[in-house]
Amino acid sequence: MNELLKLLKNNAKESPENLAKLLGIPVDEVTRRIAEYEKDGIIQGYQAVINEDKLDGAPVTAAIEVRLTAEREGGFNRVAERISRFPEVRSAFLMSGGYDLLLFVSGNTLHEVASFVSEKLSTLSGVVGTGTHFMLKTYKRNDVLMHIPDENERPQISP
Amino acid sequence: MKTNAHKSLHSRIASHVRDIPRSGIRDFFDIVSSRDDVISLGVGEPDFVTPWHIREAAIKTLEQGITSYTPNLGLPSLRKEISGYVKKITGTTYNPDTEILIAVGVSEAMDLAVRALIEPGDEVLYHEPCYVSYSPVITFAHGIPVKVETTKENDFKLTREALEKKVSPKTKLLMLNYPTNPTGATLSREEINDIAEFAIDHDLIVLTDEIYGELSYDQPHISILETPGMRERTIYLHGFSKAWAMTGFRLGFSCAPPELTEAMMKIHQYTMLCAPILSQKAAIEALRNPEDDIATMRESYAVRRNYMHNAFLEIGIDCFLPGGAFYMFPDIGKFHLSSHEFAMKLLEEENVALVPGTAFGECGEGSVRCCYATALDDIKEAMIRIARFVRRL
Repeated sequence: MNELLKLLKNNAKESPENLAKLLGIPVDEVTRRIAEYEKDGIIQGYQAVINEDKLDGAPVTAAIEVRLTAEREGGFNRVAERISRFPEVRSAFLMSGGYDLLLFVSGNTLHEVASFVSEKLSTLSGVVGTGTHFMLKTYKRNDVLMHIPDENERPQISP
Repeated sequence: MKTNAHKSLHSRIASHVRDIPRSGIRDFFDIVSSRDDVISLGVGEPDFVTPWHIREAAIKTLEQGITSYTPNLGLPSLRKEISGYVKKITGTTYNPDTEILIAVGVSEAMDLAVRALIEPGDEVLYHEPCYVSYSPVITFAHGIPVKVETTKENDFKLTREALEKKVSPKTKLLMLNYPTNPTGATLSREEINDIAEFAIDHDLIVLTDEIYGELSYDQPHISILETPGMRERTIYLHGFSKAWAMTGFRLGFSCAPPELTEAMMKIHQYTMLCAPILSQKAAIEALRNPEDDIATMRESYAVRRNYMHNAFLEIGIDCFLPGGAFYMFPDIGKFHLSSHEFAMKLLEEENVALVPGTAFGECGEGSVRCCYATALDDIKEAMIRIARFVRRL
């Protein structure tokens, strides 16, 4: 990953002026390259990293293992893409190993997620079985540690 | 009665220790520590914590109950790893059994080297502005520190011409530190070769502190060891503090011909015995599984260097772009304040701490040291405050 993308991945709110200073290149070049990344779909969007545990009424999230039957044409793609369209599904990955899809599914309550699994997911043709694991606490998300680190006694002046 | 006792104690302190002034950095540190919400560009260490796999190795060492002394020279397995690493970065081979010594930081290794070589009255050449301990270490060994000043006009490079003016028949040792703390200066191969030739012509031993070698941004670091004829007259010092962000582990090492290593070992064995085993074990992990530790940190310093440099230029403060380490040494001469006054006033008015250039030698007057191994948000805020401050001057 190039330097500009790394900087944006770390802080998407960094201004083009600051990015130019950090990289030692003109501001025009920064804006041009970002526009290109957006056009090419290399940059898909900009999101805040939210510690949902701190929200009132934090959503309930589950990691769900899904076993599928592959179709003669397209393998898992058709059913996986169909599952990905549900707004409850926040992320979906094709996996190697004991199951085929790993989903991260959110809802307002445990009941909502459970209903999604039993009523929408399990009933899809192609879905052979599911295993649901509710997430209890977030320690790290998108490279960001969610707990506040201990106070460091690093001296403010040192040789 | 109390006053008399105090006086007499003071007078009993060895004169060569008593006469060394208190470090300017320590005075400034006391003032900064007494204030709240200071943004500090005054540190001399990475803002990264030690990479996790290295910390994990240290934890494992404790779990396994490995808490003993080590051989005086250090763990044989670590010396072997160091031999391989130094070969990789300098092209020079050292025998891990007789030519490598593990010390408690480069600071200790430097003290050992100077004490092993210097007799009362021997002169030692070193370049200023430089790390705070160079001159005192020479004085503690009853040597005579002979400073060679470097200037911003010449990007703080040491030249043969400047050295020739200060060398004498009593000169025994030349101390080098490129990339340099506090200026971030680096040398090209030609410039290093000139200095090497000078050392050979005057038959000097060279003590080269290359702790910032990995943190070179515009071109790969060139060690003076790479110049033919230098291995036999060089003590090469390096350590884990900067490139691996391991300052608190206190671990450095020297590579030198067997006679010199043996002499340094004599002092080390009677004064330190060995470096802590926990740190040595962590260092083995650092060298065996380098992952992308150094490259990741270097990239991160490089963008912050660019940012700070551009910000100084925008403010209208002249500043040479340092090629290495993680310090910037901007020229604040045009504000007609001494570097100490500038630093104090900036601290009082804007709560930004940086280190007056004079802490690193008189010729640091007119400059201040700013460390960019500081969180980017802090650098941004500090530069806004510095801009506001200098507009008022």
